Amino acid sequence: MEEREFTQEMKPPAHTKSPARWLKDNLFNTWYNVLLSCLVLVVLFFVFKVLLTWAFTEAKWGVIPANLQLFGVGSYPREQIWRVWSVIYIFCVLVGLSAGIWGALTLRFALVLGGIWFIGALSPFELSTRGWFLGAVATTVVSLLLGRGRTNLRPWILGGWLLSFPLIMIVLRGFGENGVLTSNWGGLLLTLILAVVGIVVSFPLGVFLALCRQSDLPAIRWISTAYIEAVRGVPLITILFMGNILVPIFMPGLDINQVLRMMLGITFFSAAYMAENVRGGLQGIPRGQHEAAQAVGLNYVQTMLFIVLPQALRSVIPAIVGQFIALFKDTSLVAIIGLIDLLGVARSVIANPDWFGLQAEVYLFAAIIYFIFSYSMSYGSQEIETALGVGEH
Amino acid sequence: MAGHENAPNDPIIICEDVHKWFDDFHVLRGITTSFQTGERAVICGPSGSGKSTFIRTLNRLEEHQRGTIIVDGVELSDDLRNINLIRQEVGMVFQQFNLFPHLSNLQNITLGPIRVRKMTKSEAEEIALSLLERVDIADQAYKYPSEISGGQQQRVAIARALAMEPKIMLFDEPTSALDPEMITEVLDVMRELARSGMTMLVVTHEMGFAREVADRILFFDEGAIVEDAAPADFFDNPQHERTKLFISQTLQH
Repeated sequence: MEEREFTQEMKPPAHTKSPARWLKDNLFNTWYNVLLSCLVLVVLFFVFKVLLTWAFTEAKWGVIPANLQLFGVGSYPREQIWRVWSVIYIFCVLVGLSAGIWGALTLRFALVLGGIWFIGALSPFELSTRGWFLGAVATTVVSLLLGRGRTNLRPWILGGWLLSFPLIMIVLRGFGENGVLTSNWGGLLLTLILAVVGIVVSFPLGVFLALCRQSDLPAIRWISTAYIEAVRGVPLITILFMGNILVPIFMPGLDINQVLRMMLGITFFSAAYMAENVRGGLQGIPRGQHEAAQAVGLNYVQTMLFIVLPQALRSVIPAIVGQFIALFKDTSLVAIIGLIDLLGVARSVIANPDWFGLQAEVYLFAAIIYFIFSYSMSYGSQEIETALGVGEH
Repeated sequence: MAGHENAPNDPIIICEDVHKWFDDFHVLRGITTSFQTGERAVICGPSGSGKSTFIRTLNRLEEHQRGTIIVDGVELSDDLRNINLIRQEVGMVFQQFNLFPHLSNLQNITLGPIRVRKMTKSEAEEIALSLLERVDIADQAYKYPSEISGGQQQRVAIARALAMEPKIMLFDEPTSALDPEMITEVLDVMRELARSGMTMLVVTHEMGFAREVADRILFFDEGAIVEDAAPADFFDNPQHERTKLFISQTLQH
């Protein structure tokens, strides 16, 4: 034991340990821990050695830059690529304005986004592509500066976000023969469209279903429960197949395009899970909260909107974001029915004789892209929880 | 608007033969009584006697299954518009405070005036701040309920109810969940409210408060009003055995 001095005021014992001390206490404190630690170190060494040797000497990474446009937008025609950039610019304007007005998390997001465009502008792409990237940097920065302090624009920006969805679809599709058929949408573009539409539509739908399942009216409760249980009892791939094959058979006159059918399938599937997540949150709200809201004179809609849902949704942010991430990755299933999303592009690149035998490089690249988006959502949700003070009040 | 203007001696609450069941359990067994504007009534009785259920039927947090309840000239029925009208006229304070934890104390108070009374934010905040002043915690306006003591939370809850400018205030055991040293601060606020002429129905075990503030004490047992008397008569000359027993038990400590 160390000798301690007792003085009038005692400070809590220091928690910081030197790294060497930490290693000794945690990894090398007994003979079997020493043995295990050494074993793990040896295994790690060899795994990393093999992996890094492969990545830096054997792997032919040339396949990635050569097919970058394919990964990005699939078979979207080159001469129409301005449509994609227009969509990116719309996004930049909204992100920039939001960042200027709200600051905090949106500001950091805008800065990261601007940074990505900047890196794109510096990369050895064709001159026109680098020009587009530079334009995106400028659009983001100018919107950010324009939005600064304009708090009175808040409702307009929210409206703008809402309006941006149909607008983006129209810009991407164009009209008639001069536009781009959705069958040419592909790559990361298609993955993101499916995921964003799925998330944005299934969330309110899920909240609605959860409220219906808690309704006092038996008919509404039963319908909602039946829907949720039916959808949850079926794999997503089944729903996508049904959308792809059964809808045209049973409704031959109805010519809905394939991308839209997949959007609907993913959305309806996700909504059922979302509903159960939200219901979990609703059940955690004490009865006293409903009663207090009613006693103040709030009606049902106001009670839900201002008292119950804000608390319920906050408590299930991790579950909801988990569902968003699952949905994002599940969009890869559309490759099976013939749409060329990010994973579909990966498969078609591998099938190309020019790039034969490069599965590892291509799939690793796709995995990294999926990881970046999934982890961003996860990180964002943690930031939102901190910002809302979840668990504090 | 809600009801008609009451003449000074018109009852503001009228209950006729009110019955309520929880499944098979007969909680309220024919309550017939009325309350005048400005009256301060204390309702007491053993637990399970139906006293809380009774005041909760008055703003329809509980539904009664037989009899009529008329509050400020409006009969309580399934008509949602009537219920919402009455809830605007009747403020309620709960045993567990039931503040909204995701809103600041100030927002707890302004929510009703803004959303129901359609006041502007600045009007509502002005009223809320003056009410917080009145219940003596103006300095806690921008904190959250979890950051203040139970006694302070209950005072915010009282301010929240008062912000709707109710004609009647219902208190459902407002001090039962409080640590002893915080009971006084809440009772002081209620005393001040009583002096201001508010119509108050208070379910409580605080017999000192009842003796001092009430015009009238109603004793509930097994879902019925057993004794209904002025405080002096109630404490010094109770008519029923059960009342005598209750008084002797509660005054022992």
